[in-house]
Amino acid sequence: MTKWRPNRQLEGYLFLLPNMIGFVVFTAFPVVFALYIAFTDWRLAASIFESPPAFVGFGNFADLVQGDLIFKQVALNMVFYVAAIVPLQTGISLLIALALNQKLRGMQAFRLIYYMPVITTVVAGALVFQLMFDHDSGLINAPIWWLAENFKLPIQPPEWLTSTAWAKPSVVILTLWKNIGFTVVIFLAGLQSIPLELHEAAAIDGANSRQRFWRITLPLLSPTTFFVLVILTIGSFQLFDEAFVMTRGGPANASLTAVGYIYNTAFGTTSRMGKAAAISWVLFAVIFAFTLIQQRLQGRWVYYEAGESV
Amino acid sequence: MNRGGMNQGLLTRPPRRSSALFIYMALTLGAVAMLLPFLWMLSTSLKHPSEIFVFPPQWFPKQIHWENYLSAWTVLPFNLFYRNSIIVSVVGTAFEVLTSSLAAFAFTRLRFPARDKLFLLYLATLMIPSQVTLIPSFIIVRYLGWYNTFAALIVPTAFSAFSTFLLRQYFRSIPMELDEAARMDGATSWRIWWRISLPLAAPALSAVMIFSFLGKWNAFLWPLMVTKTMDMRTLPVGLSMFQGQYSTQWHLLMAGAIIALAPALLVYIVGQKWIVRAVNLSGGGAR
Repeated sequence: MTKWRPNRQLEGYLFLLPNMIGFVVFTAFPVVFALYIAFTDWRLAASIFESPPAFVGFGNFADLVQGDLIFKQVALNMVFYVAAIVPLQTGISLLIALALNQKLRGMQAFRLIYYMPVITTVVAGALVFQLMFDHDSGLINAPIWWLAENFKLPIQPPEWLTSTAWAKPSVVILTLWKNIGFTVVIFLAGLQSIPLELHEAAAIDGANSRQRFWRITLPLLSPTTFFVLVILTIGSFQLFDEAFVMTRGGPANASLTAVGYIYNTAFGTTSRMGKAAAISWVLFAVIFAFTLIQQRLQGRWVYYEAGESV
Repeated sequence: MNRGGMNQGLLTRPPRRSSALFIYMALTLGAVAMLLPFLWMLSTSLKHPSEIFVFPPQWFPKQIHWENYLSAWTVLPFNLFYRNSIIVSVVGTAFEVLTSSLAAFAFTRLRFPARDKLFLLYLATLMIPSQVTLIPSFIIVRYLGWYNTFAALIVPTAFSAFSTFLLRQYFRSIPMELDEAARMDGATSWRIWWRISLPLAAPALSAVMIFSFLGKWNAFLWPLMVTKTMDMRTLPVGLSMFQGQYSTQWHLLMAGAIIALAPALLVYIVGQKWIVRAVNLSGGGAR
């Protein structure tokens, strides 16, 4: 027994090594490096060897707070995105999951359809939604135009992608279409893990289906709901692909996301990598704060069975 | 499926007819909303350009223009995009599964100093959004001379704390006695990893593979950042470039979109059972 022990210790590190190298080079070091970059005026073409980028202290962060109108706009946009996507996607996908959880024929086919956009590349979705959102000939405005014409109603359909008011809702609609199937499947898994015996016992005691929903299904589903809320909040803050392809953040930055702003700052005409890194740290701090708050609040409404914890 | 015994009829029986009808109607409405963009893509891809921006919208083109697909393929190098996407997704997934299963094995089956502390460090990185490491990773890739190469597309995304975590959770459920018995018979750790842990963790492995593959196949931001020339673009990035250059040729754009997503949709429809199982397995972390 004692023969292979020291050997096995070394083996442990050996097995870990391939992952560890990648972890150090592309995660651990970049995190520290990002902190350094955020305090410099690093440009795209900068070379640490020839002309080291100047240290600017909190300059990049001060830039954001003082007079950066785009940053202000992006902050407002993110409030809208998170406030719209998190409750809408949670609510709609819970309803769909409840329906799909019924013992009816053909549920498999519905689940297949609802999950289809999830495996689709965002770019294809964003392109076709661009067509569908077209003001004059798009599929989405067609029924509104039809109503207006046939009943002489004084209504104007929204200018989805070209107005500052409707660009964000357009991105939200695309995002919901793209991602709802994912949370539906998570909710379905949660619903199916609720023991049938509880429902049976309650039914024998005379609880009707509405009472069973509010007193059994919803509380027992709360760990799943909590998980969905947390990942949706994080995911909404990290929104990029949908807005970048469909609206390019426009018009007038009205739909620009935080990650989109990071991208523009780093790779736009000014290519300010330092400032982009600073924005990414602000974004991280916000996401971290939200996750922390959600963790703190979970004790008030999330029900865990004895001995279970996340 | 006979659990519930005598009371079975009470709850496992389908809902009443009227409520069933309502559920079907609601679900059908939702399904139509989900399918509409796909159908509109298909319809537009077969139209003549003059039929696209018309009111009211036309579902069926007067004549079916299959040649749009050929034009899209000649306007854009889809064979290169396909080649790149396949290389990046297949090689990247293989790398990721290899490195994370080796690490998960070390974290569960081998004993060495600071093992659990290292694992906590891994877990902590799950909290860090990828945006924070985006800029520095890009700078590192440039310094390594990897800009606009396969190395830049594959290597930085081949190490996943999430996959390691998922596999570790699964490896933990495999009884240690199996390892010990194998060691008695003289098996090395490599052999145990390959012949015992990996086969027994097949469900978790397939989940990691599916997520890893879909993530890499659909990745957009990173491939956009680290590639420059058309011959290095992956399908999503290539398609988005198409939009910038040919934004007026929607019939070709939609044909391109169909070309880009058809194989993924086919694979999904054939393998959807496994995909749903994979989501359940990882989403199961919720409970």
